[in-house]
Amino acid sequence: MIEKRQDYDGIAVCAPVTIPYSRYSLRSAQWFCGKSIAELIRSAKIEKNDIDGFCISSFTLAPDSAVGLMQHAGVSPRWLDHIPMGGASGVVALRRAARAVQAGDAEIIACVGADTNHVDTFRNTIATFSQFANDAVYPYGSGGPNSSFAFLTDYYMREFGNSREDFGKLCIAQRDNALPVAHAMMKKPLTMEEYLNARLIADPIRLFDCVMPCAGAEAFLVMSEERARSLDIPYTTILSTIERHNAFPDDPIQFRGGWALDIDEFYDQAGIGPKDIDFLQAYDDYPVICFMQIEDLGFCKKGDASKFIDDKDLTTNGDFPINTSGGQLSAGQAGAGGGYLGVVETIRQLTEQTIGHQVEKAQHGLVSCFGMINYDRGLCTSAAILAKA
Amino acid sequence: MTTLLPTPKRKDPVKRTRKPSKPPGDRSREAQGLATMAASGRFALQVCRECKKTQYPPRQFCGGCLSDQIEWQDVSNGGKLLAETTLQHSNDVFFRDRLPWRLGIIIADAGPSIIVHLAEDCVQGQRVRMSLAIDRAGNAAITARPEKPTPQEEDDLQLREMAFDPKDRRVLIVDGKTEMGLELAKAFEKAGARDIFVGHSQPWRASVHLEAIRKMDKTTIYPLDVTDSDSVEELASMIGDKVEIMINNSYHLRMGGVLDRFDINTSHDEMEIHYHGLMRLAAYFGPVMRSRGADGHHGATAWLNILSAYAWVNNPQMGTYSASQAAALSLSQCLRAELADGGVRIVNTFIGPIEDEWYQLAPPPKLVPSTVARKIVESLKRGIEDIPIGAVAEEIIERLAENPKEIERTIKL
Repeated sequence: MIEKRQDYDGIAVCAPVTIPYSRYSLRSAQWFCGKSIAELIRSAKIEKNDIDGFCISSFTLAPDSAVGLMQHAGVSPRWLDHIPMGGASGVVALRRAARAVQAGDAEIIACVGADTNHVDTFRNTIATFSQFANDAVYPYGSGGPNSSFAFLTDYYMREFGNSREDFGKLCIAQRDNALPVAHAMMKKPLTMEEYLNARLIADPIRLFDCVMPCAGAEAFLVMSEERARSLDIPYTTILSTIERHNAFPDDPIQFRGGWALDIDEFYDQAGIGPKDIDFLQAYDDYPVICFMQIEDLGFCKKGDASKFIDDKDLTTNGDFPINTSGGQLSAGQAGAGGGYLGVVETIRQLTEQTIGHQVEKAQHGLVSCFGMINYDRGLCTSAAILAKA
Repeated sequence: MTTLLPTPKRKDPVKRTRKPSKPPGDRSREAQGLATMAASGRFALQVCRECKKTQYPPRQFCGGCLSDQIEWQDVSNGGKLLAETTLQHSNDVFFRDRLPWRLGIIIADAGPSIIVHLAEDCVQGQRVRMSLAIDRAGNAAITARPEKPTPQEEDDLQLREMAFDPKDRRVLIVDGKTEMGLELAKAFEKAGARDIFVGHSQPWRASVHLEAIRKMDKTTIYPLDVTDSDSVEELASMIGDKVEIMINNSYHLRMGGVLDRFDINTSHDEMEIHYHGLMRLAAYFGPVMRSRGADGHHGATAWLNILSAYAWVNNPQMGTYSASQAAALSLSQCLRAELADGGVRIVNTFIGPIEDEWYQLAPPPKLVPSTVARKIVESLKRGIEDIPIGAVAEEIIERLAENPKEIERTIKL
């Protein structure tokens, strides 16, 4: 019996900020971070020095870490965290920041996921991603995440009998969700025919299974509910969070993520179950990982995701809305910003500040994150349930 | 069944020659251990001495029990293909030039999951056999083929990048006057070489071996004296742009050491032929070979030196010869680095005494040249970098690893 964890009472998550994406940018990651902080301040109607904690995630900040950024921004926080967990960073930042505020180590924490994208940024990032990747993945075809996800998708499809159409359904619904979102990279609706016949990238992965790397940032604030009320800004509360790293190391190939290890505790802490979730923001650098999340987060049994979504409408107006702003597959992947996108969109939905479609009567949103293909599989998983305040 | 290798065509002189590029080359120190295993044709991974867990990718401490007592051990090269993909897109120039590129992920019998360059005829869910090869950047790379050999599997274009297969390639054998020269010519003909160029010096001296070579189908004989820069330059200007595998079969053995046979002339000849000879060959043939590393499916691939195992440790009964071999070995390491930019790999064979007139006084076991030639071709097909041939060479390796000072004091024929 695991001892029950302390809940997140009294914590507010607010001020959803997106710095509009661009395919390439000459700006630095520092610029995207600075812009995010300025926008957080503006939207929460606070002063720069009111923020006394920062949580930063960025691949392209190097050689700086979060520390250097503090001097750039001229701030003197008493709490600072740098979370290099790629796609899993957003929820991890959220839960770290929530605990710091609860403990009184900081009052207002800015969580920022930001990256730039110069023409050679993506190649440089994947060419020097990790020791294991440098030694045992990148020299094998240098496909980057495409080849890693091609393996996972190939295995998953054969093992559980999914079709390309199943993945297409999700990608098309997400594209519909993205159409009203001005900063999304993809502007046109996607048809099944276009999806199925798109350019082959790494069999079975085709063009519209891949995210487009871009520059941009996503950010939010964590503070006490009391503070949020006094600032008179809309906020959400946290019902539950989990994170896990290198789960199931003995699986010969990844077909499930760390969520599967932690979901009982996850829903126990939230006091609600999968049926009570009004929308899901699933990490979506490739559709196969969304399918794994639908299963591992308990919406259906392992291997049943295709069956589960078969009679569901996955758009924002549907009965199982997924990635209500279009996700990374439609908006683009702003580096580590991609790991914060789900949290930001969840805050927007639950505080009715959406820039796309609004999920009607949404009370509970689940945001789930995944990151860091260090060698053959993604190592980091995290998830949170946020509730309307 | 593997798709048949396309037959090389006569080169269109107007067409641009593809420039060589290398696959990503940076490896951690730990991963360089794989290169050591690949160089000698072993399939070895790190195994923990304490908990016996096999590790991959390479690392400095055990992923099971955290012990730092991990060592390279031969492990089973079997496994099962879990998933595969064929890349149509790559972020690296080398692979972009060669798309589509097939990859697989294998669950190895030894334990870990391994990403491999995958042969064309591997099937998902089926068993495979892996090997450690040397890629065009000179680094170790793991390849997988079906468990049981399939027809013409050596034709796989992708894996051919990681081997030095003579099939449909043009070979230059530097000295064709010896029995070794003849056996090499025969072995390369059998292996499907496209052309076999054979050099010879001292035209006034007759050689039955050279006459036999002359009668073979694919051979052409040229004058080549490695002690004469003009001679090397002349041949390079004639055929340098055709040589895809260089076989440096220079050989000049005279028994004797320093005090027992002080003879500067003999020692000078040995150095001229083995050391300066290699240097001259490199100077005139190296640049063009390096520039042709990516010249189609049959471009330049390897430079092989036939060295004596006494290059590793001096045998005082042939002290000056051993020294000239050590000099050639050292120079070959320089050449390895310099040819690397073209994706041309240096291969060294280390042989023990052979059955010939110069080793007359050496007791058995001695190697017959046909065995050496056969092993050389086999090793080129497998892409091995260091090839010890024969019991004497293998014993020297073991003794050097066990106690280098012991062998230094006691080595003799």
